[in-house]
Amino acid sequence: MMNHLENLAFIEEGQKKRKIRYRIVEAVLLLLAIILCGLMMTVGNTYYSPRTVIQVLAGKDVQGAAFTILTLRLPRMIAGITTGFSFGLAGSVFQTMLRNPLANPNIIGITSASSAGAVFCILILHAGGSIVFGGSILAATVTAIMIYLLSKLKKYSTGRLILVGIGFQALMNSAVSYFLLIGSEKDLAGALRWMSGSLNGVQMTSIYLLLVAMLICVPLILFYAKSLKILELGEESATTMGVNTNKARGILLVSSVVLVAVATATTGPIAFVSFLSGPIAKRITGHGNSSPVIAGLFGVVLVLAADMIGQQAFAIRFPVGVITGLLGAPYLIYLLIRMNRHGEF
Amino acid sequence: MRSEHILKVDNLVVGYEEKTVIHDVSLEIPDGKISVIIGANACGKSTLLKAMTRIITPKSGVVTLDGEPIRPMNPKQLARICGLLPQDPVVPEGVTVSDLVARGRYPHQKFLQGQTKQDLEAVTEAMEIMDIIELANRSMNELSGGQRQRAWIATALAQQTDILFLDEPTTFLDINYQIEILDLMADLNQRKQTTIVMVLHDINLAARYADQLFAMKNGKLIAQGAPNDIVTEKLIMDVFGMKSRIISDTVSKSPYVIPIGRHFCDL
Repeated sequence: MMNHLENLAFIEEGQKKRKIRYRIVEAVLLLLAIILCGLMMTVGNTYYSPRTVIQVLAGKDVQGAAFTILTLRLPRMIAGITTGFSFGLAGSVFQTMLRNPLANPNIIGITSASSAGAVFCILILHAGGSIVFGGSILAATVTAIMIYLLSKLKKYSTGRLILVGIGFQALMNSAVSYFLLIGSEKDLAGALRWMSGSLNGVQMTSIYLLLVAMLICVPLILFYAKSLKILELGEESATTMGVNTNKARGILLVSSVVLVAVATATTGPIAFVSFLSGPIAKRITGHGNSSPVIAGLFGVVLVLAADMIGQQAFAIRFPVGVITGLLGAPYLIYLLIRMNRHGEF
Repeated sequence: MRSEHILKVDNLVVGYEEKTVIHDVSLEIPDGKISVIIGANACGKSTLLKAMTRIITPKSGVVTLDGEPIRPMNPKQLARICGLLPQDPVVPEGVTVSDLVARGRYPHQKFLQGQTKQDLEAVTEAMEIMDIIELANRSMNELSGGQRQRAWIATALAQQTDILFLDEPTTFLDINYQIEILDLMADLNQRKQTTIVMVLHDINLAARYADQLFAMKNGKLIAQGAPNDIVTEKLIMDVFGMKSRIISDTVSKSPYVIPIGRHFCDL
């Protein structure tokens, strides 16, 4: 039996090791994100040197480069950063709080509702721009509220929330198919482009709105990150450890839904980013030590990298959502098989 | 260091929707002692514990701590006095033992404040009491049932509460681990005078470790008192609907219930 001081040192040392690993993961993700940002600004149809990019950003009017960098590449990069972070952060909050990786906006129909709302606006109302943006947010919010209310009938359970959510996803997907069938041909391309999730032609006004949503929701989520770790231990533990469970859960869920809804309205549903980021962030930090911030940073790296691949790696250009979809689908299958084996359903 | 507390339940009625699970129960938990709630399955003993720890809202009646109703109390303030080991706590995937125990410090921490010296001290002490220092950096998923249960109790101990509730802490454990856990609870009670309130399935272990027994049947409290005073053949009949003989436990001198079934009895 060791003495008390040795025990203290032993515990502290273990904690320190895990903290260092966490900081390293954070730093590496941040570095990768910065490198990807640099690549996005310099590489494209034309290569611009980092110096040119910096000059343009500093306000100097460099012939030819200014338009490409300020109007095409900069919004694209900012859209990638903001939506990637929002999807990763909000997705991991859902998964942690509901203690199930399937409890994710991608799976429980909130993202599909965004699509249905947007496609309805494009194909039926022949609208564009801000109406599509608003329609998609409205549809996502209403759906999230309905899923929550239905899963709360009688007694709340996460299992029911997931099943109700999957039901809504099917409903929303069939609504999308219906709109696509009856929509006029000239609008179809726009609708399909929206649905695949793309950083192309993102409007700065939607990015501003997303930034405002982030300014409110991200600090709220970070403020409640500690409570989230306690909520993870189950309802009874959380209650008796001093978490105001209804308030904490309410604030975390609403903030996450708002982030996902506004981010989806900005770029379209970038498939699986919110679903993948949390579990992968958990894997790389290890020891159940992840946080929504790490998941958010991973989301940024994932979106930027997938966009680079989609734009540069093939003869034709693919929207970012196609690439993340290719990565996410096998992971979903893997997860379902693993959960089935562990009897987690 | 420890302060005295009066925990009282007055005319408590608890139910889910139309079904009433607890009918008008009043009791006072003896301070600094080990209390055990016993009863058959679905008699409302776990529900009573959940009402006392504010997990369930009662239909009527009130639970008070030092004269104040617990429901409107600040959650963190209450959590610094009353802790709970739930029956089925959820292990976050991959979490290490010492990180889990450290989460027990939540009610003592301020927003955005990291771990303090007191936190580390409390975590270490809790793990020393439960004798799991060597497991500090192991993942919860790798541990045996008994080890995992000790880690959970250490988490509740790190909360440093004067009152500790445990909801069937020995279920699913082998007999040696059951005794080990209950011995540790008795140690804790003796060393720190922590008030312990447990729900236990095993009437004989309950009779051995309890200072005070609360016997429940169909949502009503039908007997309370020291095991030697209240455990009788009649009580066992009332509570479990089973004939029995009561002998004296040769080890602890507490009452020991021997069931009488339909077979193997030459009476």
